Amino acid sequence: MTSQTTRSANPTVSRVRLERRLEQPRWLQIMSPIILLGVALLFGAVLLRMVGANPWAVYSRMAGLAFGDAYGWSDTTLKATPLILAGLGVSLAFRMRLWNIGAEGQLFIGAWFATGVALHLLPETTPQPLMLLVMAVAGFVGGALWGGIPGVLKARLNVNEIITSLMLNYVAIFWNNYFIYGPWSQRGFGLSPQFPRTAWLPRFTDYAEQFPFLRGITAHFGIFLALILAIVLWWVLRQTKWGFEIRVLGDNPQAANYAGINIVRNTVLIMMLSGGLAGLAGMSEVAGVVHRLQERFSPGYGFTAIIVAWLAKLNPLAIVLVSYLFAGLLVGGDAIQPAGIAQMLQGVILFVMVGGEMLLQYRVRFGQV
Amino acid sequence: MSTNPAFEMRNISKRFPGVLANDNVSFAAAKGEIHALLGENGAGKSTLMSVLCGLYRPDGGELLIDGAPVDFRSPRDAIRAGVGMVYQHFMLAPSQTVTENVMLGLRDTPFVLNTPQLAAEVEKIGAQFHLPVDPHAMIWQLSVGEQQRVEIIKMLYRGANILILDEPTAVLTPPEIEGFFRTLREMAAAGKTIVFISHKLDEVLSIADRITILRGGKWVDTVANANLTKATLASMMVGREVLFRLDKTPHQPGAAQLALSQVQALDDKRLPALRKLSLTVHAGEIVGVAGVAGNGQRELAEVIAGIRPVTGGAIAVTGQDVTHAPPLARIQAGVAYVPEDRSATGSAPDLSVAENLALRAFRKAPLAGRFVLKRQLMQQQAQKLIAQFGIATPSPQTPSRKLSGGNLQKLILAREISSQPQVLVAAYPTRGLDIGATEYVRKVLLEEREKGVAILLLSEDLEEIFALADRIAVIFEGQIVGDLPANTADLETVGLLMAGEQVEA
Ligand SMILES: Nc1ncnc2c1ncn2[C@@H]1O[C@H](COP(=O)(O)OP(=O)(O)O)[C@@H](O)[C@H]1O
Ligand SMILES: [Mg+2]
Repeated sequence: MTSQTTRSANPTVSRVRLERRLEQPRWLQIMSPIILLGVALLFGAVLLRMVGANPWAVYSRMAGLAFGDAYGWSDTTLKATPLILAGLGVSLAFRMRLWNIGAEGQLFIGAWFATGVALHLLPETTPQPLMLLVMAVAGFVGGALWGGIPGVLKARLNVNEIITSLMLNYVAIFWNNYFIYGPWSQRGFGLSPQFPRTAWLPRFTDYAEQFPFLRGITAHFGIFLALILAIVLWWVLRQTKWGFEIRVLGDNPQAANYAGINIVRNTVLIMMLSGGLAGLAGMSEVAGVVHRLQERFSPGYGFTAIIVAWLAKLNPLAIVLVSYLFAGLLVGGDAIQPAGIAQMLQGVILFVMVGGEMLLQYRVRFGQV
Repeated sequence: MSTNPAFEMRNISKRFPGVLANDNVSFAAAKGEIHALLGENGAGKSTLMSVLCGLYRPDGGELLIDGAPVDFRSPRDAIRAGVGMVYQHFMLAPSQTVTENVMLGLRDTPFVLNTPQLAAEVEKIGAQFHLPVDPHAMIWQLSVGEQQRVEIIKMLYRGANILILDEPTAVLTPPEIEGFFRTLREMAAAGKTIVFISHKLDEVLSIADRITILRGGKWVDTVANANLTKATLASMMVGREVLFRLDKTPHQPGAAQLALSQVQALDDKRLPALRKLSLTVHAGEIVGVAGVAGNGQRELAEVIAGIRPVTGGAIAVTGQDVTHAPPLARIQAGVAYVPEDRSATGSAPDLSVAENLALRAFRKAPLAGRFVLKRQLMQQQAQKLIAQFGIATPSPQTPSRKLSGGNLQKLILAREISSQPQVLVAAYPTRGLDIGATEYVRKVLLEEREKGVAILLLSEDLEEIFALADRIAVIFEGQIVGDLPANTADLETVGLLMAGEQVEA
């Protein structure tokens, strides 16, 4: 080849500019959450320095609290469980570019349905497996109905699902409040009576008789459900005909229509499944953690799930990892006093990770093209 | 035309990661000359001209304007030296007026704009060079052809003496091309230098003073446009002999496989696009639909594929009524469709080549069981089709958006044809393809005809229709206004019918 690079004019760096990447290299796609976490922690460190704390000490305490021992892992698992379930739900809808931001409401309705089963539908004497199964199905159905409403409106009337799913969050929370202060209230407090023991998801600590090392491990079996569903969802999307349809729909709806894939039906179906998974998260919270329906039993898992799904690039297996990371952040945050600093730190980390994700789609260029 | 070169490029090289897009290319044009730059897709034409207009810096070589060496650092430098380029993709702000767009990006814009004066100037330039456009219209209201005129006016207003037009005719209809060529001649007569990039031989032969041919990034030849034939140009461009004649067996139509009767449909603006259109295609024949763009061709293809609702009339495929059947039912009835818009409709860009090849067949054995896909077989099937249709792709796993236009078209054809359809609707199957790929696509269509497929071919290229079709159906304002056997039809009659004239058969 006779390229004559030697004769080219001397390159002068004239200015720096940002250029959109046509293509995110694969290594960057995989590494980006890790890189971003590093940058976020660095920002957080500066912040901690400014308020006079020793960042290294704070971070090691946070990590210790969240992941340092079995109790830490237990607490983290408790918080990761609803994030995984709701995150899977959200990711499913996002895959089809249906912006379901109603996971929080779907979670509350799922919890309400499960509570109805535990307290009113089935007698206390129902065997535990049957009780839990019916509660799970009810929780799923409740969430599915709640997610199905924006789905049907979108599919039939092309109503923007962002607005409808968002508004339905408030409806769900008020609905819940009405019941816990009204018909299902225990003496007027904002909570329902406790579930019968048959409606409790088994906790690890329940097996301390046989396995003493499980004593105090309050994480419950909801995590198994979450992990199994993550794997199932991953497999379904990759290996089944229906999963293929969803991926085509998510990539190019017009091509999907041309290929004979039913958009209307899949829109409703996906919104229902998405809501159903968030509903399961609600069921697992009331049956596994609080054992009753009460006000604000979710600190916004349904909203955090949106960020989780996004950062995990909608990959079901990555959702598990990112959920654990966020759960660790929530648990570790308790290590810092006053609590305001912890929340600020969480805010900074969130901001850097979400903002950085956008920035990584660009690259810095010097001088001429 | 004077003999002083207006610009001269000497030994230009430009490398991109993995390709040498220009390899030691020299190229010059004189004042008042229309110089065509001819080459297949990927030959390096756009790259070479992007170097001339300051968008890319060459890795080697020199650039002279009016005999003086220059070193452009940006398109702004180039335009200051009188070099302006109209890109394949226009760079206009859709919600601004024509005048505002002409003004946009001028460095010495005064703080208070004298818009009426500028509008008058836009009009003046338009009148001088036969570029009619309303200075006060918003860009989004304009047709693609009009937008192109705005781009040209913009360059002229900035004082371009050397005008580079990158595949300008690709977006124009035949009547627009006529007007556009007139503009080119007027600009050349006014002493401007025109570089006209194309891969269409007829156009180049009809407009250029001289022709420079590039192939694989290298300069092949620069020839004066005298006594040239398409065949010589084509062989220089492709590097081998090209067949323009296609061998075709006699027309032996079978049963009516596709029948439209009195079909009505609306366009995207909800205006009538098909008005009681009737058309029949038999097994083993190609019916070519000729017409000026926008007379219902797109809607015709889409109602057959089932992706546009029918508001009246009936459609039958192999005798079954499918008038209101969804796309899946059409696929199952044996309708294959090569859509006009390859990337927006014909493929899922982020899915792999293998998955795109399976877009029709993924529901059935052998590619799937009741619920589960058979990825292994999908892969093998893809490899087979890639080899059979010569699709250039690094691997079956590559996302389809990385394929070039010609290869994406081969992918779509491979997918549609491998489903062994009864009816094939091919909308503009060779649009934008280079000679090699065009030749291949036409050959495949004729093979399908041999196999007894009923083919409806939509094309803007009358030559293509005459070469391939057994019958020519002329579409005008949503109706078939003429249905002629191809071997006796003449170009003039078809042209008149396309223009909506009444012709005695
Ligand atoms: N910005 C770019 N980055 C990398 N490769 C490019 C770029 N632009 C063009 N190429 C490559 O350079 C070659 C020449 O392309 P181009 O000049 O666009 O050809 P033409 O205009 O003749 O079709 C092709 O192989 C193309 O893929
Ligand atoms: Mg080009």
